[in-house]
Amino acid sequence: MTVVSGEPRSGLEPGENPLVEGLERLPVHPTALVIFGATGDLAHRKLLPALYNLAHEGALPERFELIGVARREQEHEDFREVCRESIDLYSRRKPDPDVLAGLVSDVRYVAGTFDDDAVYAELGRCLAEFDERAGRPLNRVFYLSTAPQFFPLIARKLGAAGLDRREHAATRLVVEKPFGYDLASARELNSELLEVLAEDQIFRIDHYLGKETVQNLLALRFANALFEPVWNRNFIDNVQITAAEDIGIGGRAGYYEGAGALRDLVQNHMLQLLALLTMEPPSSFEANRLRDEKLKVLESIVPPSPEAVDEVAVRAQYAAGVSGGKPAPGYLEEPGVAPDSHTETYVALRLAVSNWRWAGVPFYLRTGKRLARKLTEIAVTLKPVPHLAFQSTGSVGVQPNQIILTVQPDEGVSVSLGAKIPGPRMRIRPVNMEFHYGTSFMSESPEAYERLILDAMRGDATLFTRNDEIEALWGIIDPILTGWQAENDAPLPQYPAGSAGPEEASRLLGEGRGWRRL
Amino acid sequence: MSEDVWSASDTTPEAIDAALRELLRERHAADRTVAPARVLNLIVVVDRAWKGEIANRLERVGRYHASRTVLCAVEEGRVSLDARASMGYDAPGVGGVSVMREQVEIDMGPEHLKALDTIIDPVIVSELSTMLWCPHGHREAIVALRGMVDVMLLDSGDEDLAADGLREAAELQASAYVVDLAWLRTTPWRERLAASFDPSDRLRALDGLEAVEVRHREGSEASALLLAGWLCSRLGWKPEMGASFDDGPALISAAKPDGRDIQLRFEPSQQDAPGLAGVTVGCSGGFSLSLDRAPGGLRAREAAGDSERSWQILGASRGEGGILGEGVRQALLRDPTYAPSLHAALEMAG
Repeated sequence: MTVVSGEPRSGLEPGENPLVEGLERLPVHPTALVIFGATGDLAHRKLLPALYNLAHEGALPERFELIGVARREQEHEDFREVCRESIDLYSRRKPDPDVLAGLVSDVRYVAGTFDDDAVYAELGRCLAEFDERAGRPLNRVFYLSTAPQFFPLIARKLGAAGLDRREHAATRLVVEKPFGYDLASARELNSELLEVLAEDQIFRIDHYLGKETVQNLLALRFANALFEPVWNRNFIDNVQITAAEDIGIGGRAGYYEGAGALRDLVQNHMLQLLALLTMEPPSSFEANRLRDEKLKVLESIVPPSPEAVDEVAVRAQYAAGVSGGKPAPGYLEEPGVAPDSHTETYVALRLAVSNWRWAGVPFYLRTGKRLARKLTEIAVTLKPVPHLAFQSTGSVGVQPNQIILTVQPDEGVSVSLGAKIPGPRMRIRPVNMEFHYGTSFMSESPEAYERLILDAMRGDATLFTRNDEIEALWGIIDPILTGWQAENDAPLPQYPAGSAGPEEASRLLGEGRGWRRL
Repeated sequence: MSEDVWSASDTTPEAIDAALRELLRERHAADRTVAPARVLNLIVVVDRAWKGEIANRLERVGRYHASRTVLCAVEEGRVSLDARASMGYDAPGVGGVSVMREQVEIDMGPEHLKALDTIIDPVIVSELSTMLWCPHGHREAIVALRGMVDVMLLDSGDEDLAADGLREAAELQASAYVVDLAWLRTTPWRERLAASFDPSDRLRALDGLEAVEVRHREGSEASALLLAGWLCSRLGWKPEMGASFDDGPALISAAKPDGRDIQLRFEPSQQDAPGLAGVTVGCSGGFSLSLDRAPGGLRAREAAGDSERSWQILGASRGEGGILGEGVRQALLRDPTYAPSLHAALEMAG
């Protein structure tokens, strides 16, 4: 008989649970989750369905309690009905009636404004009741799914009500994006939260980091000897990171007018992709080791001076055009958008990572709404081979290799190679070697929020953004915002809805380079 | 789901292989958004009379389909090979890729089993892991395919005597990684026991465990023994040999590392689903924890002194289809705790 590792235990190490070895699903301490903004869109579409899916899979803690907090006056039972409806509508799997009933049967709802002390008193009573019922203090996770101006207020009120700490249990605060609207406000928000809570209690969400394919970037880089030797300035010519959307702003004018493409996507998601793509290998995937490496590389990105912003950044707005075969309005014609709005719906940047590995390699980032198609990808273009022994006559010739990491809609990796065209002549053209996640894994990827909620309950901050990291991200963006602010008299360049973006973006690339086709 | 199909009577493995290649080429030429899944080969050897039932079980595995399934149906008296190959695929979403699954059914005679490797070798995807499942025995097939199989799927609860099923699993471990459905039926129970003892105060109570009762459906003794074996191997208990399941509950004693004994009791229980019905662990000082199957998960009951608490632990039942799907998925993973648990279970089963 073969006995593969997992040697029988002869005794127990202090503090070590011998029963967890080999389990795919690690235990989560009994937890009470409080969602502030529980009647909002995020809770409705993402958080409540994610909780159901965790319950369905048996991944929630053995004791799990849920409390919703929002302004709307309603009874517990009304909120339970809201939970059922959200889960029915948005769960990625059809709910099992028994699991759903078990999940919502004792959900509590606390009505009131976030500045009302009575809300926190009632919250404290509910939480104490849950502790009493469990016979032990439950961990507490406060999820702030509210408008950002309420983040410091709620943290202060939690502190004032004594809900920021609990003996023999952990208290954590999950903060949704946007985390600040510039460097100063992000610093202020960090400072306000850190007055009440310790950094290891704060979990700043960027849901992009919860996506399997984004995490797989780390696996691709650090689990394959194939890529790392060429992952530097000696072999890589340039990198393009694209996050294109084919839709407009929909009904989000209220939010989008104050944000714009730079804050909405670049400051968080795209710079996170850039950090994961360019960071040095961490010594382990422990939260702070990984975040230390991301911070180092983010700090190596030299922000432009506000006066030089035009050299490295292009912004634009979509004009009326045709999208998906249908006429689409321009941004300024969207309901809720100011007629003289200077909010950008498109941004392209050229960034440089000033360190030994990446010196001289341009990183091009672009994102926009109402573009030709929905696509998120990273395209790494290698330098051309030093000598060509082949004729290019009669073919497109030898092209530099590209490694394309697609995040959506079709998750995968492709590598372009030069291959001989069949026939008597030695003619070369690029071909693709493709890998699609769907063909190689049987598992369905969990929703990013499922992973992140579970990690927050477990206290694993690896996929959350640390305070210094968030400030480093804003430090790159801030001078661009300042530079644009100074130029807000001039109209923004326009691009037709349904197009690949403004022509002005081409000037960032320099001679001989073009944006990849969407 | 759409399907491209090829079939032939009195055919050869080479012809089946050629047909699969041609189906793939034609589909890819017609639709570049359809790509073949490349995860796992699953070879299933069944009695011809039960082919439909097994095919239905395989249909119910949910998303955990092998990328190429080769179903060998063995029929007394048959001397030739008849085969049907199909490629199933859904229409891809906008901008997406549709994943194609391939299924080959080969009707064969018992005489083919001795050289089954020569039939199977050409029709599997060579660079993928290969899993073998013989739910109706067919030892000759196992012997013939031993060299090409990476993972054996079995259900140690299939034998009349739990000891026989566990022994077979142990023997097969010598040549391949074993995925045991009886073990997978214990997964939620192991996860919940591990979670229950994870808080630091409870972790200390593990040392004080004095009694364990495992309740199981009659016929699911293998799962019960594997759960107890898991506790023994993880906690360093040395069980005595020879539990008897002939006449109602079985009782076994195990020696703990501190020299004290712990009682392990196995209690048959009325339930429809195969596997476990409940587990109770009792500690010195009067603390006990019971987990029992209940709608929507498990019902937990905790008693300590005069106080008693009861609550629901959420989780949907996977059903037998889900267990089989999980078995297929486990082909690509490695659980280091199964072998020591199996070893301890075998000692108890005698």
